Amino acid sequence: MSQKQEEENPAEETGEEKQDTQEKEGMLPERAEEAKLKAKYPSLGQKPGGSDFLMKRLQKGQKYFDSGDYNMAKAKMKNKQLPSAGPDKNLVTGDHIPTPQDLPQRKSSLVTSKLAGGQVE
Amino acid sequence: METGTTEADIISTVEFNHTGELLATGDKGGRVVIFQREQESKNQVHRRGEYNVYSTFQSHEPEFDYLKSLEIEEKINKIRWLPQQNAAYFLLSTNDKTVKLWKVSERDKRPEGYNLKDEEGRLRDPATITTLRVPVLRPMDLMVEATPRRVFANAHTYHINSISVNSDYETYMSADDLRINLWNFEITNQSFNIVDIKPANMEELTEVITAAEFHPHHCNTFVYSSSKGTIRLCDMRASALCDRHTKFFEEPEDPSNRSFFSEIISSISDVKFSHSGRYIMTRDYLTVKVWDLNMENRPIETYQVHDYLRSKLCSLYENDCIFDKFECVWNGSDSVIMTGSYNNFFRMFDRNTKRDVTLEASRENSKPRAILKPRKVCVGGKRRKDEISVDSLDFSKKILHTAWHPSENIIAVAATNNLYIFQDKVN
Repeated sequence: MSQKQEEENPAEETGEEKQDTQEKEGMLPERAEEAKLKAKYPSLGQKPGGSDFLMKRLQKGQKYFDSGDYNMAKAKMKNKQLPSAGPDKNLVTGDHIPTPQDLPQRKSSLVTSKLAGGQVE
Repeated sequence: METGTTEADIISTVEFNHTGELLATGDKGGRVVIFQREQESKNQVHRRGEYNVYSTFQSHEPEFDYLKSLEIEEKINKIRWLPQQNAAYFLLSTNDKTVKLWKVSERDKRPEGYNLKDEEGRLRDPATITTLRVPVLRPMDLMVEATPRRVFANAHTYHINSISVNSDYETYMSADDLRINLWNFEITNQSFNIVDIKPANMEELTEVITAAEFHPHHCNTFVYSSSKGTIRLCDMRASALCDRHTKFFEEPEDPSNRSFFSEIISSISDVKFSHSGRYIMTRDYLTVKVWDLNMENRPIETYQVHDYLRSKLCSLYENDCIFDKFECVWNGSDSVIMTGSYNNFFRMFDRNTKRDVTLEASRENSKPRAILKPRKVCVGGKRRKDEISVDSLDFSKKILHTAWHPSENIIAVAATNNLYIFQDKVN
C-alpha cells in the first residue's frame, strides 16, 4: 500500500468534496468517500485492486531474520554476562534486527482457552 | 477492544457437526474447543438441550519458517467436521499452512489388574509375581481425548483460507490465495493441485482465491470465489487441472458506478452451497447474494447487510475494516440466511417472506432465556430511542463467524472472544 502521507489541505478538500457530494450524493456516496480519500492521500494509486495491494496480502507474516545477525547478537550477550539495566550505548546495527527471541512473545500455548473453562450461559 | 481481552482468545471459526450434536470453535491461539449438546432429559421436556464443553485441545502452534523469514500464525482459520462413521468424531482444522485431522474419542473404561505393572504404572519386580491374572476392564470417569491422526503439511506457499470435505468422504480440498489442492485423507505426503491461478509474472496478478467449497452431493463439483467478486464452478471430470471453469458467475457492473472502492467491496469473503446444492450464497463487504447454479449472469437475490456503510468507506479503508472477511450461513432448510456485521450485530434474511432482522450478541443486551430484541441502525435525521446511529457503531466489535445447526433453529455467534448460542423460543 502506498505511504499514508498526511497532506491535508482542508480548504481544497471541502471545496472539491462539496461539489462532488452535491453532484453525486443522491446516486453515489461512494464517490464522495473516494474524493475524501484522494484528498487525504494524493499519492494513492489509480488501480486500487491491483497487484500492489494483492502482493501485500500475499506477504502477510513476513519477518526478516538474519542468521548472521542472530548469532552475533547471541555471542554478544554471552560476552556481556551481566543483566544490563538499560540500552547499551555501543549498540551496533546488528542488534536492532529482530532475532527470534525478540519477536512478540506469544502467550504460552498450553493455556486453556477461556471458552473451555467457563460456564455456558 | 476491551482491556483484558487476550488476543489468543479471539474466536476465528465456528462449526456445527453434521448432526448438530457438537459445536467446534477455533481461536487465534490455535486452540479448539468442542461443545456437546446435552441429552434432553425426561424431566425437563420443555427445556432444550444446552451446549457444554466436551473437549479442548491445542491444534496448532506458532511456527517460524527460517528459510522464508515467515512467521506462521497458529490461528485456526477453518474447522470442518467429517460425517460420523463410528464412535469417534473426526474434524479437520487448519491454520495458514497446515491442515490436521483430529480424532476425538471417549474413554469410559480402563483396564485394571496388570501382571507386570502396578496400579500406578510402575513396573513390578518380576520376582514378586507368583500368580497370573487376566486384566479386566473397569468403568472410569468419562475422558474425552483428542489425538492428531494426520498432518497435511508443506503443500501451500500462500495462506490457506478454506478447507472443504468432499461428499465422497475420502477426499477434501484446501485452498490458498492462488492454489487449490485435493487430498486423500489417508495420504499426507502428496496432494493433487487442481487449481492454480498464479501468473507467470507476479506483477500481472489481478485477483486471488478467497474461498472454496465442494458441492454437497456431487463429488466432482466445487466452487471458488475471487477478490474480484466472481465465482467459478469447476468439474474435476473435465480435466486434472481445473484452471478452466465450467461455469463463471459474475454480476455485470454499471461502469458509471465504479469508484476506487468498487473492487475492494466486491471481493467475496465467503461462498457457501445451499444444503440442496441448487444455490450458492456469497458474501461481499456490503451484501449477501444468492445465485442459482443454472444462471451465471447475475444473482437471483441480493440482500443489503449494512448499506449505510457506503458513506463511511473512506474511514473504513483507513482503519482496514473494509478488508474484514465476513462469513455467511444457510439454515437447515435453506429458507433463511445469516451473516454478521459491526457493533456485535448480526443479520438474518428470510428468503421466502423477504423479511430481515438485526440482532445483537452482547452481554449487556441479553440475559439467559431472554428473547433477543431486534436492533435498528438509524441512517440520518431523527434517531428514535432504541436506534443506534451509524456514527456510534463500534467497528472493533465485528461478528465475522456464525454457524447454524443443520436441522434446528439453533445458532452460534462468535463475538470477538465470546461465543453466543441462541435457540428458537419454545412455546
